[in-house]
Formats: sequence, structure tokens, C-alpha cells
Amino acid sequence: MTELLAALAGGLGAAARFVADGAFTAFVDRRGGSVLPWATTLINVTGSFALGVVVGLVTVGGAPSAAALIVGTGFLGGYTTFSTASFETVRLARQGRWRAAGVHLAVMVSGTLLAAAAGLSLVAAV
Amino acid sequence: MHLQPRLILWVASGGVLGAAARIGVTHLSPAPAGFPLATFVVNVVGAFVLGLLLQGLSDAGPDQGRRRLARLWAGTGFCGAFTTYSSFAVDTDELLRAGQLGLALAYVAATLMLGAVATLAGVAAAGLRRRRSV
Repeated sequence: MTELLAALAGGLGAAARFVADGAFTAFVDRRGGSVLPWATTLINVTGSFALGVVVGLVTVGGAPSAAALIVGTGFLGGYTTFSTASFETVRLARQGRWRAAGVHLAVMVSGTLLAAAAGLSLVAAV
Repeated sequence: MHLQPRLILWVASGGVLGAAARIGVTHLSPAPAGFPLATFVVNVVGAFVLGLLLQGLSDAGPDQGRRRLARLWAGTGFCGAFTTYSSFAVDTDELLRAGQLGLALAYVAATLMLGAVATLAGVAAAGLRRRRSV
């Protein structure tokens, strides 16, 4: 039952990513656009922070692990994505834009790692 | 496009299946010596599938009609929810906190490098299909 709810939450997460991606891309385009695809980075960084908080609430705060499965594994797993991130980096590299590809990859990795650590630490500190 | 309720539901339905498949893989695979194998596997496999899908669709024609629906359901929905970045980031941080620096670095390097290779392999596989069908 928990697994089923987690899968449904994953669908909700994917829908949230679709809406957030479209809204953020439209926002950037109205401001003249950008040479880098920032929407996926924003989504993955915010989702990693949120999962850090969720995992912290379970390990430190003793929150029920079923909630972590539904909100963390389900919703946030569906909201954040690796495949698009990888595709964007590879596409920049294939266009010969190696610096942009490097920046995209480095910001994605460091941003998500820092955000997840901040989420984990936040729970421990409260 | 991102505000059309029917398209949002369409993406969600692909996402439910993708998330269910990811959860299924998590059940099947252990974490040998602390290496987050399940997340690693879904991310690399999903990167291959998305590369194949997006290249195949863009070879077939402009992003509209059925092709757009296929991209949104199988790409944004399924592959997007099948793969994940949040678990990748949190698991890496937990390895670092446990003092497993080598394992954390190996996990990040393997995910990023094999992910890129899988993406390229998917793109190349779409090209092979194209040449056969000509």
C-alpha cells in the first residue's frame, strides 16, 4: 500500500517538475533567455534540499519511514531527475560548448550535494 | 503547454509508472558494501532510454502532435520519474558523513561518467535504427 502511494506521489512529482520547468523556462525567456538550461538545475537542487530534510526527519527526528517512502522516494524521486540532467550536459558537449557543459555539470553536482547537506543539517540543528 | 491540465495528467501517468519501476528496482537490488546500486542502475538505464527516445523523436520530425505526447509521457513522465537526482545527492552526502570518501567519489564519478556514456549510447542507438530504416 505504501509502495502504491509512493508510485502515485512519484507521478505527482513528475507533474510538479513539468509545471515548474515550464514556468521557470518561461520566466527566463521573458528576461532574454540564458545560454544554459537552468530549470533542471533549479528542480534538482530544491528537490535535493527537500529530500535532505525528509531523510533528516526520519533519522534524527524519528518520523515514520512510510512517510519518507511516499514523500522522499515517491514525490521527490519523481520531481528530481537524472536522465534529463545527463541529456542536457551531453547535448551541450555535442554542440561543442564544452565550457557550458562543464559549468552545467559542476553546478548541478555541487548544488545538489550542498542543498542535500543543508537539508540534513537543518533538521539536526533544530 | 505546462499549464494544460490534460498534459499535466499525461506527464503524471508516465511518472507513476516510472516511479513504480524505480521502487521495484530498489526492492530487487541490495547495496553491496554500502554502494547505492539501485539508484545507480536506474539512473544509468534511464539516461540510455531518454537519449534513445529524444534522439529518435527528433529524427522523426518536429516536436508536435503524437511525437510531443510520446516525449511528455515516456521522457518527462516515465524517464524523469524513473531516474532521480535527490537520492543520488543525499546518499552521497551520507557516505561522506560516514567517512566513506573513496566510496562517495566512486559513486559520483561512476554515476556521472556512465550516465553520460549511456546518454550517448542511447543517442547513437537511435541513429543506428534510423540508418537501418532508410
